[in-house]
Amino acid sequence: MSLAKRIIPCLDVDQGRVVKGVNFVGIRDAGDPIEIARRYNDAGADEITFLDITASHEQRDTTYRTVEQIASQVFIPLTVGGGVRAVTDIRRLLNAGADKVSINTAATFNPDFVRESAERFGSQCIVVAMDVKALDNGSGRHELFTHGGRKPTGIEAIEWAQKMADFGAGEILLTSMDRDGTKDGYDLPITRAISDAVDIPVIASGGVGTLDHLVAGFTKGGADAVLAASIFHFGTYTVAEAKAHLAQSGIAIRW
Amino acid sequence: MSARPRQCHQPKAFYNSMTQTVAVIDYGMGNLHSVESALREAGASDVVVTADAETILAAGRIVFPGVGAIRDCLAEFRRLGCDTTLRLAVERGTPVLGICVGMQSLMARSEENGGVDCLGFFNGTVMRFPRNHSDIDGTKLKVPHMGWNQVSQNQNHPLWDGIADNAYFYFVHSFFLPEAESDFVAGSFDYGIKGSAAIAKGNVFATQFHPEKSHDNGLKLLANFLTWDGTC
Repeated sequence: MSLAKRIIPCLDVDQGRVVKGVNFVGIRDAGDPIEIARRYNDAGADEITFLDITASHEQRDTTYRTVEQIASQVFIPLTVGGGVRAVTDIRRLLNAGADKVSINTAATFNPDFVRESAERFGSQCIVVAMDVKALDNGSGRHELFTHGGRKPTGIEAIEWAQKMADFGAGEILLTSMDRDGTKDGYDLPITRAISDAVDIPVIASGGVGTLDHLVAGFTKGGADAVLAASIFHFGTYTVAEAKAHLAQSGIAIRW
Repeated sequence: MSARPRQCHQPKAFYNSMTQTVAVIDYGMGNLHSVESALREAGASDVVVTADAETILAAGRIVFPGVGAIRDCLAEFRRLGCDTTLRLAVERGTPVLGICVGMQSLMARSEENGGVDCLGFFNGTVMRFPRNHSDIDGTKLKVPHMGWNQVSQNQNHPLWDGIADNAYFYFVHSFFLPEAESDFVAGSFDYGIKGSAAIAKGNVFATQFHPEKSHDNGLKLLANFLTWDGTC
Protein backbone atom coordinates (compact mmCIF):
# COMPACT_ATOMS: atom_id res chain seq x y z
CA MET A 1 0.00 0.00 0.00
CA SER A 2 1.29 3.38 -0.85
CA LEU A 3 0.39 6.77 -2.18
CA ALA A 4 -0.36 6.47 -5.89
CA LYS A 5 1.57 8.51 -8.42
CA ARG A 6 -0.76 10.92 -10.16
CA ILE A 7 -1.57 11.52 -13.84
CA ILE A 8 -2.90 15.00 -14.52
CA PRO A 9 -4.31 16.04 -17.89
CA CYS A 10 -4.01 19.78 -18.50
CA LEU A 11 -6.51 21.92 -20.42
CA ASP A 12 -5.63 25.32 -21.86
CA VAL A 13 -8.76 27.42 -21.70
CA ASP A 14 -9.37 30.81 -23.29
CA GLN A 15 -12.61 32.62 -22.46
CA GLY A 16 -14.28 29.39 -21.49
CA ARG A 17 -13.17 27.38 -24.54
CA VAL A 18 -10.46 24.74 -24.72
CA VAL A 19 -7.76 25.78 -27.15
CA LYS A 20 -5.04 23.65 -28.75
CA GLY A 21 -7.87 21.22 -29.50
CA VAL A 22 -8.85 17.93 -28.06
CA ASN A 23 -9.39 14.92 -30.25
CA PHE A 24 -11.32 12.30 -28.35
CA VAL A 25 -13.27 9.75 -30.26
CA GLY A 26 -16.93 10.58 -30.04
CA ILE A 27 -16.64 13.90 -28.28
CA ARG A 28 -19.38 16.28 -29.31
CA ASP A 29 -17.69 19.56 -28.62
CA ALA A 30 -13.90 19.56 -28.54
CA GLY A 31 -13.89 23.08 -27.18
CA ASP A 32 -16.11 22.49 -24.17
CA PRO A 33 -13.96 22.29 -21.02
CA ILE A 34 -16.81 20.80 -19.01
CA GLU A 35 -17.36 17.89 -21.34
CA ILE A 36 -13.61 17.28 -21.64
CA ALA A 37 -13.12 17.43 -17.88
CA ARG A 38 -15.92 14.89 -17.46
CA ARG A 39 -14.30 12.61 -20.00
CA TYR A 40 -10.98 12.74 -18.18
CA ASN A 41 -12.75 12.22 -14.86
CA ASP A 42 -14.47 9.11 -16.25
CA ALA A 43 -11.24 7.91 -17.88
CA GLY A 44 -9.44 7.68 -14.54
CA ALA A 45 -7.45 10.92 -14.43
CA ASP A 46 -6.26 11.60 -10.88
CA GLU A 47 -6.68 15.35 -11.08
CA ILE A 48 -7.39 17.96 -13.72
CA THR A 49 -5.44 21.14 -14.26
CA PHE A 50 -7.07 24.00 -16.04
CA LEU A 51 -4.78 26.71 -17.34
CA ASP A 52 -6.67 29.91 -18.02
CA ILE A 53 -5.00 31.84 -20.81
CA THR A 54 -7.72 34.47 -21.13
CA ALA A 55 -5.76 37.62 -21.84
CA SER A 56 -8.22 40.16 -20.54
CA HIS A 57 -8.99 40.38 -16.86
CA GLU A 58 -12.48 41.65 -17.71
CA GLN A 59 -13.36 38.37 -19.37
CA ARG A 60 -12.50 36.39 -16.28
CA ASP A 61 -16.14 35.99 -15.29
CA THR A 62 -16.39 33.31 -17.96
CA THR A 63 -13.53 31.49 -16.26
CA TYR A 64 -15.25 31.49 -12.90
CA ARG A 65 -18.45 30.17 -14.44
CA THR A 66 -16.54 27.40 -16.20
CA VAL A 67 -14.75 26.42 -12.99
CA GLU A 68 -18.10 26.35 -11.19
CA GLN A 69 -19.62 24.05 -13.79
CA ILE A 70 -16.64 21.70 -13.84
CA ALA A 71 -16.56 21.55 -10.04
CA SER A 72 -20.22 20.66 -9.84
CA GLN A 73 -19.78 17.70 -12.21
CA VAL A 74 -16.25 16.44 -11.68
CA PHE A 75 -15.42 14.80 -8.35
CA ILE A 76 -11.66 14.72 -8.52
CA PRO A 77 -9.31 17.57 -7.58
CA LEU A 78 -9.24 20.58 -9.87
CA THR A 79 -6.31 23.00 -10.09
CA VAL A 80 -6.74 26.33 -11.84
CA GLY A 81 -3.84 28.52 -12.93
CA GLY A 82 -3.10 31.44 -15.20
CA GLY A 83 -3.24 35.12 -14.34
CA VAL A 84 -3.57 34.60 -10.58
CA ARG A 85 -2.27 37.91 -9.21
CA ALA A 86 -4.13 38.77 -6.04
CA VAL A 87 -5.73 37.23 -2.98
CA THR A 88 -9.13 38.11 -4.43
CA ASP A 89 -8.34 36.03 -7.55
CA ILE A 90 -7.60 33.05 -5.32
CA ARG A 91 -10.70 33.52 -3.23
CA ARG A 92 -12.91 33.74 -6.30
CA LEU A 93 -11.39 30.61 -7.85
CA LEU A 94 -11.70 28.62 -4.62
CA ASN A 95 -15.26 29.80 -4.14
CA ALA A 96 -16.02 28.77 -7.71
CA GLY A 97 -14.89 25.25 -6.82
CA ALA A 98 -11.16 25.05 -7.56
CA ASP A 99 -9.32 22.86 -5.04
CA LYS A 100 -5.92 24.34 -5.78
CA VAL A 101 -4.74 27.52 -7.40
CA SER A 102 -1.51 27.79 -9.31
CA ILE A 103 0.56 30.97 -9.00
CA ASN A 104 3.27 31.71 -11.54
CA THR A 105 4.44 35.18 -12.58
CA ALA A 106 2.95 36.95 -9.57
CA ALA A 107 5.09 34.83 -7.24
CA THR A 108 8.24 36.07 -8.97
CA PHE A 109 7.33 39.72 -8.62
CA ASN A 110 6.08 39.33 -5.09
CA PRO A 111 7.16 36.15 -3.28
CA ASP A 112 5.28 37.32 -0.19
CA PHE A 113 2.09 36.80 -2.18
CA VAL A 114 2.74 33.07 -1.86
CA ARG A 115 3.31 33.34 1.87
CA GLU A 116 0.22 35.46 2.38
CA SER A 117 -1.92 33.10 0.25
CA ALA A 118 -0.69 29.99 2.05
CA GLU A 119 -1.38 31.56 5.44
CA ARG A 120 -4.82 32.65 4.41
CA PHE A 121 -6.03 29.62 2.46
CA GLY A 122 -3.66 26.86 3.58
CA SER A 123 -0.64 25.41 1.80
CA GLN A 124 -2.74 22.55 0.48
CA CYS A 125 -4.34 24.78 -2.13
CA ILE A 126 -1.31 26.83 -3.20
CA VAL A 127 0.64 25.48 -6.16
CA VAL A 128 3.64 27.43 -7.42
CA ALA A 129 4.19 27.00 -11.17
CA MET A 130 7.79 27.37 -12.36
CA ASP A 131 8.77 27.69 -16.03
CA VAL A 132 12.49 26.95 -16.34
CA LYS A 133 15.15 26.81 -19.06
CA ALA A 134 18.64 25.35 -18.91
CA LEU A 135 21.39 27.99 -18.94
CA ASP A 136 23.50 27.95 -22.12
CA ASN A 137 26.78 27.97 -20.23
CA GLY A 138 26.95 24.21 -19.69
CA SER A 139 26.64 24.62 -15.92
CA GLY A 140 23.61 22.35 -15.80
CA ARG A 141 21.82 25.12 -13.91
CA HIS A 142 18.35 26.30 -14.80
CA GLU A 143 16.83 29.75 -14.79
CA LEU A 144 13.27 30.75 -13.92
CA PHE A 145 11.24 32.46 -16.65
CA THR A 146 7.94 34.32 -16.48
CA HIS A 147 5.20 35.38 -18.91
CA GLY A 148 4.79 31.95 -20.45
CA GLY A 149 8.53 31.43 -20.75
CA ARG A 150 9.29 34.70 -22.52
CA LYS A 151 10.97 36.72 -19.79
CA PRO A 152 14.12 35.61 -17.97
CA THR A 153 14.31 36.48 -14.29
CA GLY A 154 17.93 35.76 -13.39
CA ILE A 155 16.61 33.50 -10.61
CA GLU A 156 18.16 30.04 -10.25
CA ALA A 157 15.51 27.32 -10.32
CA ILE A 158 16.45 25.10 -7.36
CA GLU A 159 16.90 28.02 -4.96
CA TRP A 160 13.54 29.38 -6.09
CA ALA A 161 11.81 26.06 -5.49
CA GLN A 162 13.23 25.89 -1.97
CA LYS A 163 12.21 29.47 -1.28
CA MET A 164 8.66 28.83 -2.47
CA ALA A 165 8.42 25.71 -0.29
CA ASP A 166 9.68 27.74 2.69
CA PHE A 167 7.06 30.40 1.91
CA GLY A 168 4.29 27.83 2.21
CA ALA A 169 3.69 26.48 -1.29
CA GLY A 170 2.02 23.08 -1.06
CA GLU A 171 3.20 21.79 -4.41
CA ILE A 172 5.43 22.76 -7.34
CA LEU A 173 4.40 22.49 -10.98
CA LEU A 174 7.70 22.40 -12.87
CA THR A 175 7.60 23.04 -16.63
CA SER A 176 10.68 22.80 -18.80
CA MET A 177 10.40 25.46 -21.49
CA ASP A 178 13.18 23.70 -23.40
CA ARG A 179 11.09 20.55 -23.64
CA ASP A 180 7.56 21.95 -23.82
CA GLY A 181 6.00 20.90 -27.13
CA THR A 182 9.02 18.82 -28.24
CA LYS A 183 7.73 15.32 -27.32
CA ASP A 184 11.32 14.54 -26.28
CA GLY A 185 10.40 13.77 -22.67
CA TYR A 186 10.62 15.69 -19.41
CA ASP A 187 13.83 17.47 -18.42
CA LEU A 188 14.71 14.75 -15.93
CA PRO A 189 17.83 16.23 -14.28
CA ILE A 190 16.11 19.44 -13.16
CA THR A 191 12.98 17.53 -12.14
CA ARG A 192 15.10 15.20 -9.99
CA ALA A 193 17.15 18.06 -8.56
CA ILE A 194 14.07 20.03 -7.49
CA SER A 195 12.21 16.98 -6.22
CA ASP A 196 15.22 16.13 -4.04
CA ALA A 197 15.64 19.72 -2.88
CA VAL A 198 12.12 20.22 -1.48
CA ASP A 199 9.82 18.27 0.84
CA ILE A 200 6.65 19.19 -1.03
CA PRO A 201 5.29 17.27 -4.06
CA VAL A 202 6.60 18.12 -7.53
CA ILE A 203 4.61 17.78 -10.77
CA ALA A 204 6.71 17.21 -13.90
CA SER A 205 5.56 19.02 -17.03
CA GLY A 206 6.73 19.76 -20.56
CA GLY A 207 7.83 17.39 -23.30
CA VAL A 208 5.83 14.18 -22.96
CA GLY A 209 5.63 12.22 -26.21
CA THR A 210 5.50 8.59 -25.10
CA LEU A 211 4.31 6.53 -22.18
CA ASP A 212 7.93 5.76 -21.28
CA HIS A 213 8.40 9.49 -20.74
CA LEU A 214 5.75 9.31 -18.02
CA VAL A 215 7.57 6.37 -16.42
CA ALA A 216 10.88 8.24 -16.52
CA GLY A 217 9.27 11.29 -14.91
CA PHE A 218 8.64 9.16 -11.83
CA THR A 219 11.61 6.78 -11.81
CA LYS A 220 14.36 9.14 -12.99
CA GLY A 221 12.78 12.52 -12.34
CA GLY A 222 11.48 11.62 -8.89
CA ALA A 223 8.20 13.41 -9.63
CA ASP A 224 5.10 12.85 -7.52
CA ALA A 225 2.78 13.55 -10.43
CA VAL A 226 3.03 13.99 -14.18
CA LEU A 227 1.16 16.54 -16.22
CA ALA A 228 0.41 15.94 -19.88
CA ALA A 229 -1.68 17.68 -22.48
CA SER A 230 -1.24 16.73 -26.09
CA ILE A 231 -0.68 12.96 -25.75
CA PHE A 232 -4.11 12.69 -24.16
CA HIS A 233 -5.90 15.45 -26.04
CA PHE A 234 -5.02 14.07 -29.46
CA GLY A 235 -5.93 10.54 -28.50
CA THR A 236 -2.37 9.26 -28.88
CA TYR A 237 -2.89 7.45 -25.61
CA THR A 238 -5.74 7.15 -23.17
CA VAL A 239 -5.32 7.73 -19.45
CA ALA A 240 -6.08 4.03 -18.96
CA GLU A 241 -3.27 3.03 -21.34
CA ALA A 242 -0.91 5.35 -19.50
CA LYS A 243 -1.90 3.82 -16.17
CA ALA A 244 -1.53 0.27 -17.47
CA HIS A 245 1.95 1.08 -18.75
CA LEU A 246 2.97 2.69 -15.45
CA ALA A 247 1.65 -0.28 -13.49
CA GLN A 248 3.64 -2.68 -15.70
CA SER A 249 6.70 -0.55 -14.94
CA GLY A 250 6.16 -1.10 -11.22
CA ILE A 251 4.76 2.33 -10.39
CA ALA A 252 1.93 2.59 -7.87
CA ILE A 253 -1.11 4.03 -9.57
CA ARG A 254 -4.79 4.29 -8.70
CA TRP A 255 -7.18 1.98 -10.51
CA MET B 1 -15.27 -8.14 6.32
CA SER B 2 -17.81 -9.91 8.50
CA ALA B 3 -14.99 -11.31 10.62
CA ARG B 4 -13.97 -7.86 11.77
CA PRO B 5 -15.22 -6.66 15.12
CA ARG B 6 -17.97 -4.14 15.18
CA GLN B 7 -17.40 -1.19 17.43
CA CYS B 8 -20.48 0.34 18.91
CA HIS B 9 -19.84 2.53 21.88
CA GLN B 10 -23.15 4.28 22.15
CA PRO B 11 -26.69 3.03 22.51
CA LYS B 12 -28.72 2.90 19.33
CA ALA B 13 -29.31 6.46 18.35
CA PHE B 14 -32.74 7.71 17.58
CA TYR B 15 -32.94 8.92 14.06
CA ASN B 16 -35.09 11.72 12.82
CA SER B 17 -36.59 10.24 9.70
CA MET B 18 -38.89 13.23 9.29
CA THR B 19 -36.32 15.26 7.38
CA GLN B 20 -33.87 14.39 4.67
CA THR B 21 -32.17 17.77 4.82
CA VAL B 22 -28.39 17.69 4.99
CA ALA B 23 -26.82 20.66 6.74
CA VAL B 24 -23.25 21.48 5.74
CA ILE B 25 -21.79 23.62 8.51
CA ASP B 26 -20.49 26.86 7.01
CA TYR B 27 -18.19 28.66 9.40
CA GLY B 28 -16.63 30.84 6.72
CA MET B 29 -13.41 28.93 6.23
CA GLY B 30 -13.50 28.20 2.56
CA ASN B 31 -15.26 26.66 -0.32
CA LEU B 32 -18.11 24.29 0.42
CA HIS B 33 -19.31 24.16 -3.17
CA SER B 34 -17.56 20.82 -3.80
CA VAL B 35 -19.04 19.19 -0.73
CA GLU B 36 -22.50 20.42 -1.62
CA SER B 37 -22.20 19.30 -5.26
CA ALA B 38 -20.92 15.87 -4.29
CA LEU B 39 -23.76 15.37 -1.77
CA ARG B 40 -26.28 16.21 -4.50
CA GLU B 41 -24.52 13.86 -6.95
CA ALA B 42 -24.70 11.16 -4.25
CA GLY B 43 -28.45 11.61 -4.04
CA ALA B 44 -29.15 14.36 -1.50
CA SER B 45 -32.26 16.26 -2.52
CA ASP B 46 -31.98 19.01 0.05
CA VAL B 47 -28.61 20.47 1.08
CA VAL B 48 -28.30 23.63 3.15
CA VAL B 49 -24.99 25.37 3.78
CA THR B 50 -25.35 27.22 7.05
CA ALA B 51 -24.05 28.13 10.49
CA ASP B 52 -27.52 28.70 11.90
CA ALA B 53 -28.11 26.54 14.98
CA GLU B 54 -31.84 26.01 14.39
CA THR B 55 -31.32 24.98 10.78
CA ILE B 56 -28.51 22.60 11.70
CA LEU B 57 -30.49 21.04 14.54
CA ALA B 58 -33.52 20.60 12.30
CA ALA B 59 -31.49 18.75 9.66
CA GLY B 60 -31.61 15.00 9.25
CA ARG B 61 -27.84 14.80 8.97
CA ILE B 62 -24.85 17.08 9.34
CA VAL B 63 -21.58 17.46 7.46
CA PHE B 64 -18.67 19.17 9.21
CA PRO B 65 -16.08 20.06 6.56
CA GLY B 66 -12.85 21.93 7.04
CA VAL B 67 -9.79 23.20 5.21
CA GLY B 68 -6.89 25.39 6.20
CA ALA B 69 -5.30 26.06 9.57
CA ILE B 70 -7.06 24.38 12.50
CA ARG B 71 -6.62 27.27 14.95
CA ASP B 72 -8.50 29.66 12.65
CA CYS B 73 -11.11 27.02 11.85
CA LEU B 74 -11.87 26.29 15.49
CA ALA B 75 -11.87 29.96 16.45
CA GLU B 76 -14.56 30.71 13.87
CA PHE B 77 -16.45 27.52 14.64
CA ARG B 78 -16.65 28.46 18.31
CA ARG B 79 -17.30 32.15 17.70
CA LEU B 80 -20.38 31.19 15.69
CA GLY B 81 -21.53 28.83 18.44
CA CYS B 82 -21.25 25.81 16.13
CA ASP B 83 -19.45 23.80 18.84
CA THR B 84 -22.54 23.92 21.07
CA THR B 85 -24.81 23.15 18.14
CA LEU B 86 -22.73 20.17 17.07
CA ARG B 87 -22.60 18.81 20.63
CA LEU B 88 -26.38 18.97 20.87
CA ALA B 89 -26.82 17.29 17.50
CA VAL B 90 -24.43 14.49 18.41
CA GLU B 91 -26.27 13.92 21.70
CA ARG B 92 -29.56 13.74 19.82
CA GLY B 93 -28.18 11.03 17.56
CA THR B 94 -28.14 12.97 14.30
CA PRO B 95 -25.72 11.32 11.85
CA VAL B 96 -22.59 13.49 11.51
CA LEU B 97 -19.84 13.28 8.90
CA GLY B 98 -16.59 15.18 9.56
CA ILE B 99 -14.17 15.79 6.69
CA CYS B 100 -10.42 16.56 6.85
CA VAL B 101 -9.89 19.43 9.32
CA GLY B 102 -13.47 18.69 10.41
CA MET B 103 -12.29 15.25 11.51
CA GLN B 104 -9.18 16.65 13.18
CA SER B 105 -11.31 19.21 15.03
CA LEU B 106 -13.32 16.39 16.64
CA MET B 107 -10.19 15.13 18.44
CA ALA B 108 -8.97 16.25 21.86
CA ARG B 109 -5.96 18.16 20.61
CA SER B 110 -3.84 19.10 17.58
CA GLU B 111 -0.16 19.98 17.48
CA GLU B 112 -0.83 22.36 14.57
CA ASN B 113 -0.29 26.10 15.08
CA GLY B 114 1.83 25.46 18.18
CA GLY B 115 -0.83 23.32 19.87
CA VAL B 116 -4.60 23.75 19.90
CA ASP B 117 -7.32 22.27 22.11
CA CYS B 118 -9.96 20.80 19.84
CA LEU B 119 -13.59 19.78 20.43
CA GLY B 120 -12.85 16.54 22.27
CA PHE B 121 -15.49 14.25 20.78
CA PHE B 122 -12.68 11.69 20.48
CA ASN B 123 -9.52 11.19 22.51
CA GLY B 124 -6.23 11.51 20.69
CA THR B 125 -3.81 14.11 19.39
CA VAL B 126 -3.32 15.18 15.78
CA MET B 127 0.39 15.42 14.89
CA ARG B 128 2.55 16.60 12.03
CA PHE B 129 4.17 14.13 9.66
CA PRO B 130 7.85 13.95 10.66
CA ARG B 131 10.38 16.28 9.03
CA ASN B 132 12.53 14.45 6.46
CA HIS B 133 9.83 11.81 6.35
CA SER B 134 10.73 8.60 4.52
CA ASP B 135 9.43 5.13 3.79
CA ILE B 136 10.93 1.98 5.31
CA ASP B 137 12.99 1.52 2.15
CA GLY B 138 14.41 5.04 2.49
CA THR B 139 12.21 6.63 -0.19
CA LYS B 140 11.61 10.27 0.62
CA LEU B 141 7.94 10.99 1.40
CA LYS B 142 6.63 14.45 0.60
CA VAL B 143 4.49 16.52 2.96
CA PRO B 144 1.65 17.43 2.42
CA HIS B 145 0.48 13.84 2.01
CA MET B 146 -1.21 14.75 -1.27
CA GLY B 147 -2.95 12.38 -3.63
CA TRP B 148 -4.72 9.04 -3.74
CA ASN B 149 -3.92 6.54 -1.03
CA GLN B 150 -5.47 3.22 -0.10
CA VAL B 151 -7.74 2.96 2.90
CA SER B 152 -7.70 -0.25 4.90
CA GLN B 153 -11.02 -0.81 6.66
CA ASN B 154 -10.31 -1.56 10.33
CA GLN B 155 -13.92 -2.30 11.16
CA ASN B 156 -17.24 -2.93 9.53
CA HIS B 157 -19.29 0.17 9.24
CA PRO B 158 -22.39 1.08 7.20
CA LEU B 159 -20.40 3.87 5.54
CA TRP B 160 -18.02 1.32 4.00
CA ASP B 161 -20.90 -0.63 2.40
CA GLY B 162 -20.10 -1.46 -1.21
CA ILE B 163 -16.59 0.01 -0.98
CA ALA B 164 -13.72 -2.42 -1.43
CA ASP B 165 -11.13 -2.79 1.30
CA ASN B 166 -7.97 -0.88 0.31
CA ALA B 167 -9.91 1.35 -2.08
CA TYR B 168 -8.28 4.66 -3.07
CA PHE B 169 -9.37 7.98 -1.61
CA TYR B 170 -7.98 11.50 -2.10
CA PHE B 171 -5.96 13.00 0.76
CA VAL B 172 -4.31 16.36 1.18
CA HIS B 173 -2.95 17.20 4.64
CA SER B 174 0.24 17.80 6.63
CA PHE B 175 -1.17 16.86 10.04
CA PHE B 176 -2.68 13.49 10.81
CA LEU B 177 -4.09 11.34 13.58
CA PRO B 178 -1.70 8.44 14.19
CA GLU B 179 -3.60 5.16 14.15
CA ALA B 180 -2.25 4.36 17.61
CA GLU B 181 -3.80 7.55 19.05
CA SER B 182 -7.37 6.34 18.82
CA ASP B 183 -9.52 3.35 19.77
CA PHE B 184 -12.09 4.41 17.19
CA VAL B 185 -10.20 4.02 13.93
CA ALA B 186 -12.56 2.85 11.20
CA GLY B 187 -10.00 3.00 8.40
CA SER B 188 -6.27 3.55 8.16
CA PHE B 189 -3.70 4.64 5.58
CA ASP B 190 0.00 3.91 5.29
CA TYR B 191 2.37 6.76 4.50
CA GLY B 192 5.62 5.67 6.06
CA ILE B 193 3.62 5.68 9.28
CA LYS B 194 0.12 4.42 10.00
CA GLY B 195 -2.51 7.14 10.10
CA SER B 196 -6.25 7.25 10.70
CA ALA B 197 -8.15 7.62 7.43
CA ALA B 198 -11.49 7.46 9.23
CA ILE B 199 -12.79 7.36 12.78
CA ALA B 200 -16.22 6.28 13.95
CA LYS B 201 -18.15 6.33 17.20
CA GLY B 202 -21.93 6.02 17.48
CA ASN B 203 -23.56 8.51 15.13
CA VAL B 204 -20.29 10.26 14.22
CA PHE B 205 -18.13 9.22 11.29
CA ALA B 206 -15.21 11.33 10.11
CA THR B 207 -12.65 11.03 7.35
CA GLN B 208 -9.19 12.48 6.88
CA PHE B 209 -9.61 12.08 3.12
CA HIS B 210 -11.98 14.09 0.96
CA PRO B 211 -14.93 11.94 -0.13
CA GLU B 212 -16.16 14.85 -2.27
CA LYS B 213 -12.94 14.59 -4.32
CA SER B 214 -12.60 10.81 -4.31
CA HIS B 215 -14.58 10.03 -7.45
CA ASP B 216 -16.75 6.88 -7.29
CA ASN B 217 -15.50 5.64 -3.91
CA GLY B 218 -16.13 9.03 -2.35
CA LEU B 219 -19.59 9.37 -3.87
CA LYS B 220 -20.44 5.88 -2.61
CA LEU B 221 -19.38 6.82 0.91
CA LEU B 222 -21.53 9.96 0.74
CA ALA B 223 -24.47 7.93 -0.58
CA ASN B 224 -24.00 5.54 2.36
CA PHE B 225 -23.99 8.51 4.72
CA LEU B 226 -27.26 9.74 3.21
CA THR B 227 -29.01 6.48 4.10
CA TRP B 228 -27.23 5.86 7.41
CA ASP B 229 -29.44 5.89 10.50
CA GLY B 230 -26.56 6.80 12.83
CA THR B 231 -26.12 3.36 14.27
CA CYS B 232 -23.42 0.83 13.56
